[in-house]
Amino acid sequence: MFVSTALLVLKKDFAIEVRSREILYTTLLFALSCVLIFSIAFVKEGEPLLDAAAGILWIAVEFAGTLALGKTFERERYGETLRALLLAPAPRAAIYAGKMLGVVVLLAIAEVLLVPLVALLFHAPLFAQPLLLVALLAAGTLGFSIVGTLFAAMLVRARSRDVMLPILLYPMTVPVMIAGVRGTSALLQSPADTATAVMWIGLLTSLDVVFMTIALWTFEPLMTE
Amino acid sequence: MRRLFMPLLVVATAMFAYAPYMIDGAAYESSMGLVQKIFYFHAPSGMMMLLSAIVCGVASALYLWRRKPAMDHLALASAELTVLYGLIVIATGPLWARKAWGIWWDWDARLTMSFVGWLIAISYLFVRKYAGPGSDKLGAALAVFGMANVPFIYLSVNLWRTLHPKTSVVPSLPPLIRGPFWFSALALFLMYLLLLTARLHLERQRAALDALYLAEED
Amino acid sequence: MLPMSLVSRLLMALALVQPAAQGEFVPVTPGTATEQLPAGPLVIAAYAIIWVAMMFYLWTIWRRLNKVETDMHALERRKHTK
Repeated sequence: MFVSTALLVLKKDFAIEVRSREILYTTLLFALSCVLIFSIAFVKEGEPLLDAAAGILWIAVEFAGTLALGKTFERERYGETLRALLLAPAPRAAIYAGKMLGVVVLLAIAEVLLVPLVALLFHAPLFAQPLLLVALLAAGTLGFSIVGTLFAAMLVRARSRDVMLPILLYPMTVPVMIAGVRGTSALLQSPADTATAVMWIGLLTSLDVVFMTIALWTFEPLMTE
Repeated sequence: MRRLFMPLLVVATAMFAYAPYMIDGAAYESSMGLVQKIFYFHAPSGMMMLLSAIVCGVASALYLWRRKPAMDHLALASAELTVLYGLIVIATGPLWARKAWGIWWDWDARLTMSFVGWLIAISYLFVRKYAGPGSDKLGAALAVFGMANVPFIYLSVNLWRTLHPKTSVVPSLPPLIRGPFWFSALALFLMYLLLLTARLHLERQRAALDALYLAEED
Repeated sequence: MLPMSLVSRLLMALALVQPAAQGEFVPVTPGTATEQLPAGPLVIAAYAIIWVAMMFYLWTIWRRLNKVETDMHALERRKHTK
């Protein structure tokens, strides 16, 4: 019941997105502009600064993710469909999980584009340890999306929600970002520091578990009028 | 609670005023000397910050599930106190670090995580003030996540290499230092109770005023 | 007298922490090359900050409480006159 509802919500969001592809394109374009902006700050005399790539990759993901989160729920608010969704005879937590999975998939697509781009433009050997990098990105993106989806959903009805989302989201996701950036820069060293990266993946996974538990647990009372 | 206020005020301020004399009598730390004395205020303030973040989180969780206004008042009051004690921690820390490390601030794990915890408490107050209707629940969810952050702040110094002293320092204090340390910790805790009582009273009065206004409109 | 000496010690600490602009190069005297930052004022400043922060917070609570109670009295008076 839980899984099928979550997948149903995911499928619904996909069906809408496939038609316009608005969120996908804006997110990708925004991620690209982020990388461009960072190149101004972190390239000195044509040479990218050491260790900049890890930070650029994660911050681009975080910024693009914030934009995507705002957009996802903006659509629900316009159509007044969130209320209808919540009235459906299904566990609320499953609706949350479906929404969250949608954000994860969207960010995964953005990362597929971002990782080669950052590797190419900032001379970073990101593909030296592909499995560990995928694990880091997956755990980090999941952690970010868990917190982000919950906050974006809460803010749907709040005043000044556009400003509120980054203000609430960035401090809360700092542990995720630190773990992601430190883990990635450990992988970028030559030779790659796999032990450190695995330690950060472990920390990210435990953060994911803690965040997911809280999110599933608070979504129900939060969304009750 | 109201009857507790005056005795608390007297005892807490007296203890806090007496604390320097006790600390003056405590043994000096070998490498840092006099500046190490900041530790007697800095570490207990940090404890109070984490404590009030936990109180805020627990009260918020209870508020989300039980919808008792008292829990909401408690959460709001402890969020303000988290900001206050966080401010004290962040202000006293650099004074010590300037002498001990030679720098005011370092982006190490403990400092960064404490800063994040402080920022979350500030954003909680921000939400309560500006998010409009439904901000009580919004803030409550934020506080619950903020509470999840507390163990990471506490353990951050053990998890990875930092400049900040580890958590093993406090339990390993020699007896001559332990006395003054826990004395000032208790003084700060009584101060915390005092401020919490006062703030709760204010919030209850506000709720009473709101109820009066509502009754007036009917 | 105590507050005055406290303030002057604090100012001294600040002056030491932020060195004044120098007009000429002053070579270091041998043997004093290590940084001479006095610890006393730093400790006193830390203690003072805690006092000031807590008392200021208590004062803001008191002020807010006064405002609420004034409003309450005004409301009650209005009820009586009606």
